[in-house]
Amino acid sequence: MDIENSSIDTWTIEISPNKRFFKIDLKGLWSYRDLLAMFVKRDIVTIYKQTILGPIWFFVQPIMTSLTFMFVFGGIANISTDGIPHILFYMSGLIIWNYFSECFIQTADTFSQNANIFGKVYFPRIIIPISKVISGLIKFSIQFVLFLIIWLYYYFQDNVLQPNYFILLTPLLVVLMAFIGLGLGVLFSSITKKYRDLKFLINFGVQLTMYITPIIYPLSEIKSNSLKLLMMFNPFSHIIEAFKYSFLGRGEFDIYGLLYATCFAFFVFVFGILVFNKTERNFIDTV
Amino acid sequence: MSEIILKVENLSKIYRLGEVGTGTISHDLNRWWAKIRGKEDPASIVGQVNYRDEIAKSDYVYALKDIDFDVKRGEVLGVIGKNGAGKSTLLKIISQITSPSSGFVKAKGRISSLLEIGTGMHPEMTARENIYLNGSIMGMRKHEIDSKFDEIIEFAGCIMYVDTPIKRFSSGMSVRLGFAVAAFLEPEILIVDEVLAVGDAEFQKKAIGKMKDVSYNHGRTVLFVSHNMSSVQHLCSSCMLLKDGQLDSIGKTGLIIDKYLKINKSSKSFKRKNNFEEIYVSDLKVISENKDSINSGDNIEIQLFYDSIKIDLNSNYEFIVGLWNENSADQFMLTNNYINKEIKLKNKTGCIVFSVKKIPLNNGIYSINTMIKKNNICMDFQEQVFSFNIENNNYYNSGVSYPNNYNGIYVDFSMNLL
Repeated sequence: MDIENSSIDTWTIEISPNKRFFKIDLKGLWSYRDLLAMFVKRDIVTIYKQTILGPIWFFVQPIMTSLTFMFVFGGIANISTDGIPHILFYMSGLIIWNYFSECFIQTADTFSQNANIFGKVYFPRIIIPISKVISGLIKFSIQFVLFLIIWLYYYFQDNVLQPNYFILLTPLLVVLMAFIGLGLGVLFSSITKKYRDLKFLINFGVQLTMYITPIIYPLSEIKSNSLKLLMMFNPFSHIIEAFKYSFLGRGEFDIYGLLYATCFAFFVFVFGILVFNKTERNFIDTV
Repeated sequence: MSEIILKVENLSKIYRLGEVGTGTISHDLNRWWAKIRGKEDPASIVGQVNYRDEIAKSDYVYALKDIDFDVKRGEVLGVIGKNGAGKSTLLKIISQITSPSSGFVKAKGRISSLLEIGTGMHPEMTARENIYLNGSIMGMRKHEIDSKFDEIIEFAGCIMYVDTPIKRFSSGMSVRLGFAVAAFLEPEILIVDEVLAVGDAEFQKKAIGKMKDVSYNHGRTVLFVSHNMSSVQHLCSSCMLLKDGQLDSIGKTGLIIDKYLKINKSSKSFKRKNNFEEIYVSDLKVISENKDSINSGDNIEIQLFYDSIKIDLNSNYEFIVGLWNENSADQFMLTNNYINKEIKLKNKTGCIVFSVKKIPLNNGIYSINTMIKKNNICMDFQEQVFSFNIENNNYYNSGVSYPNNYNGIYVDFSMNLL
């Protein structure tokens, strides 16, 4: 046994006061992948414990919201849906938007929700937000299957729908939503852990953003130039419109807009992760 | 075996006093500004040592200051100190829950911290699911849990309830389940805070036994924080004493425990009394014939000092000294009543001496309660005013003493063959 040699420079863990901003321990993260799987399982399994319908409840929420929208915006306010069947129009926007808001709201209170665990045991904190994004993806997939069923029904029923090859972009759109949701979420969680003011804005902000995103109305309906500019500035518009265009054949698909949204998502994601990475080390002292 | 597995260098941790809220941003900006100019953190200049009884001179305080020590492979290091001495902060830094303000910790291998039992368990999930969840949180891989699953269930004693949600468990059962998972962790360094304080006596025994097994038979390193001196004495080969956030001393367990008890003795809690009635115990000393330590079989003197605002020349006073062991079980009681000795006081202050020949107690930590009665009416009663350590050393002058796990008392006896 060559203990003398091995005892020099073989520290596997070094704890120091300041971690460099860009240093992210991917290897450490990888060794905790089983924990990630357990957290996802916990999120999914515990939702429908002691219910009769179980995961079917995941269907109910988008259907109910779509029906409400059909009634309020389609029926009473009579907002155009570009000739698309109402249920499809609202659902297409809603499920992908819901995925974002799920990712964002769930990750935005990472620190306050998990203060108890974080105070007792170490693991890379980013595991928790990532697990929320993955369990959100599972819920999204279930809702997406529901959407596909309704979509197929209308596709064979009448030929209003004009799907196209841009459908292949769907995974990218979902990833973009996840990146923005996660990036903003961890950024907000890092700020709110010390200054709690922001948390009052989160739900409100998500709702407000939803209304300036073409979910309940088509982008083509916007005539005012300044509003149009706002819509163009909003990266979600491009993602939602791209989704609607690829499946329904209506909407304003703009490849540069999508590129802008991609850059935005990437930037928010990287920035959020870096800030989170910096914050996680001392959070327990200030929470 | 002398390989150093954990190294702590110049470790300090600063906390802000007062409330986080208003003014925090300006504080933060202040520190940040100093940082980008490459100056020292203003907090660490003004931070004061953690004397909690004094009025704060600055907004920042050192919870830990310049801690330095090494731990070798297979060593079980006890960490003792009064409440607020920085024990938990130290453990939190080593287990990476919070980061130090300055200094370094270096370690080889995995560190698992057991600051709580059953962290992250979810009441809606079954025992099986929770074992996997809790195990993963503690840093185990799935295949490790797979291979130990049966043992864990057996250790927890809940084979029958494997697929029952733990919200249906009794609280004791969930604690056992949590501990069972922790017991099968295999980190190179295990950090244990006073988790053993929960659970019944049998469970504590099992837990201590398991920890001993882990360190002696598997060569694991354990850092153990406890206020229970007998657990520390049984478990730890060496010990460190923290005082006001600073490392007071580190060394052999017996010596450090003695030192800790001496610190306790001189603590301010003893000097009390604005509201005593007439007479009270103002100080207490235990003196042994061999100056430095008290051993079984020594002749000892317990000196009880009293102070009073008035004394009654005609009344009968009774001075009582009672000894507790660490579990607060009575050992013996000394009073002038038992030996029909009347005590008439003449002075307002004074000292009563109790002489005990060949103290028959085994090694351990003992504490003293005192009471003063006047005409059978209690005037003053104080619990655990003084603690001391008795070392097991040759009661019979034969070089032979009780084995370590035997807790009985000694008696003076002789034997003859008739």
